[in-house]
Amino acid sequence: MKKECVTMLLAGGAGTRLGMLTKNLAKPAVPFGGRYRVIDFALSNCLNSGMNTVGVVTQYSPLVLHRHIGVGKAWGLDRLEDGLTILSPFTTCDGGCWYLGTADAIFKNCHFIDQYHPDYVLILSGDHIYQMDYNQILAQHKETEADVTIATMEVPWEETSRFGILNTTKNLRIYEFEEKPSQAKNNLASMGIYVFNWEVLKLFLEKDATKDHSDHDFGKDIIPAMLADELHLYAYVFEGYWKDVGTIQSYWEAHMDLLNPNSTTILEHGKWKNYSRDSYLAPQLIGENAVIRHSLISNGCIVDGTVEESVLFEKVQIHQHAIIHQSILHPNAQIGEHVLLDRVIVQENVTIPDHTKIAANEEEEPIVVSNENINSILLMR
Amino acid sequence: MASMIGLINLEHENDQFKELTYHRPIASIPFAGRYRLIDFTLSNMVQSQIHEVAIFTQNKYRSLIGHLGSGADWELNKTHGGLFLFPPQAHHSTNISQGDVGHFYYNRDFFENSSAEYVLISGSQFVANLNYLPLFHYHLETGADVTLLTTQHDIIQELKNCLKLELDKNNKVIAITNDKQNQETFCGVYLLHKSLLLELVDECVANHKSYFFWDGIRANLEKLHIAAYHYDGYHSIIHDVAGYFRQSMKLIKPENYRQLFRNYPPVFTKVSNHPPTRYQHTAIVKDSLIATGALIEGTVENSILFRGVKVKKGAVVKNSIIMQDGEISTDSQLENVILDKQVVITKNQMLKGSIKHPYIIEKKSII
Repeated sequence: MKKECVTMLLAGGAGTRLGMLTKNLAKPAVPFGGRYRVIDFALSNCLNSGMNTVGVVTQYSPLVLHRHIGVGKAWGLDRLEDGLTILSPFTTCDGGCWYLGTADAIFKNCHFIDQYHPDYVLILSGDHIYQMDYNQILAQHKETEADVTIATMEVPWEETSRFGILNTTKNLRIYEFEEKPSQAKNNLASMGIYVFNWEVLKLFLEKDATKDHSDHDFGKDIIPAMLADELHLYAYVFEGYWKDVGTIQSYWEAHMDLLNPNSTTILEHGKWKNYSRDSYLAPQLIGENAVIRHSLISNGCIVDGTVEESVLFEKVQIHQHAIIHQSILHPNAQIGEHVLLDRVIVQENVTIPDHTKIAANEEEEPIVVSNENINSILLMR
Repeated sequence: MASMIGLINLEHENDQFKELTYHRPIASIPFAGRYRLIDFTLSNMVQSQIHEVAIFTQNKYRSLIGHLGSGADWELNKTHGGLFLFPPQAHHSTNISQGDVGHFYYNRDFFENSSAEYVLISGSQFVANLNYLPLFHYHLETGADVTLLTTQHDIIQELKNCLKLELDKNNKVIAITNDKQNQETFCGVYLLHKSLLLELVDECVANHKSYFFWDGIRANLEKLHIAAYHYDGYHSIIHDVAGYFRQSMKLIKPENYRQLFRNYPPVFTKVSNHPPTRYQHTAIVKDSLIATGALIEGTVENSILFRGVKVKKGAVVKNSIIMQDGEISTDSQLENVILDKQVVITKNQMLKGSIKHPYIIEKKSII
């Protein structure tokens, strides 16, 4: 069966900079935006763009992620002939090993891609929050007859040293890739989203696999090798909201962005919808003592305290006289009476006892409370 | 092990819902922020290990088909069994019988082909979160021919619409009446063996009868062993607009909400993928039940907001039910009002009904 484009969604990363948030689950499975997990945004983009041949590459701590994705039903990817396939590391008669890098993960799944005889392969990351119509980057890729098209976005010049910067000619042809340059020549940052001609990519993956000293990574190895061989690499300029929730600080900031309609409209229920697994919970119940301002609240919540500038995931309960400020409460967090939380992330199923006060200092990053550290946090206060 | 077929029988449901049922059957009246009435019975069946559910519809079944789809959201899109929707067959060539007896007669194959031996029959107007398996086991233990689900219903105004049961000391039904003083209320849910069901259907057809419960069960009260199984959990029985309004508002009380939604398995409904509800800095919300996808800038008190409702700045919604995608514009005030789906209230409007007679605005109106 021939498919013009196969999508490979990289969802195996450990996300070590997210600390407690990714201790027991992969970064793409981290709860986000009140009822979603991070990977929902890329999967919803696939559905909204009509990309329906999708391989999801998983490796690190995949249990929650696998359960969440299931057969891809929530994203219309439970299809007869193609749809969603989970691609975990595997063994064969020749042995086998873990995925060694992003490029290696694709290389080890060449047989998956080859069964669709695609012209193009779209590589996505499961860690990013954004809404993108992949048809547009694919259309530009065909029009420019490129070998590779890399999605980029303009970043403020003063922040260029934090990104992988692509140096381009006027017509967006890429001639150089600089990882975190101190003196940037351009402000187009790579978003880690690529369209490759499959035949070309396959050659480079095969070559890279034979190298002992390679990191087997798209950004560090494959793209530089293609530039060295003077292939046609083009930048696609994306305009819109995009966030890599790589650290606890940026995870918290992304949630504060959601509360401000001027920062992002990513949660609006317009033509472009976000899809996720439904948990069949009742509507939220707001009690007689509740004060709720500037917040997002999900199904199954029972709120009888004060909630300001916060995001409540499903089944969160806030008892009376509790005050929640600039905090993120993951599913089934139980907040007792007279609790005060300020810039705190409470993880799934954590109960905060009555009269507890937890507040992050302004210069600190937000405090993450989990079932593993709650006792030591309570002792300290 | 013996097993059950589920049958949701919407024929013979009394329609006293005014504008709410102009374009939909009672079964698909929106309820409690994100459900339709039928969701409760359907979910109870699925939670009771019933894997085959048939629905006998009356004429206005378009919205029901839209809601149920393949039954996937209730896990009823099955390789074996699943959901079977039987619309009325108004112009059947044999035209043997009317009413639900006709439904049973024409759809006899469905019952005969199923491997399940018992049929659990329910309407859509009894709202509860319960498992039917204890009733099933009771039925098998007592060896009754038919077992009826009953409850003590304590809201006097609502009793006049319900059938009442008189029981002997062994819980055997000795009379089915309309006695307003009797609180032993029939929930509209009953169980019997498939072969008895088909036998009684044949008898009804032979005698030109059309109402199965009345002509097949009640008429044979003396001949059959009819048992009652008592349910004393949280429930609503919804027969008219005032009852709908009262039973909806009851759910805003946390103890009622918890009984219907928290202590039991989930109630399934059609999935909508709305984002979480957004409360802006001017929002004042108290004592309310609110679904996802709403945007609240104004004041909401003692009310139920369905999915995607917008309450703009300065708007005040009190003691009201706003169904899906309703929009209340700036500085408008609503009290004791039911807005059907997709109603738009423009700026500076004031609508007020009374608790006994809430003001109903028809679907898609612009006021």
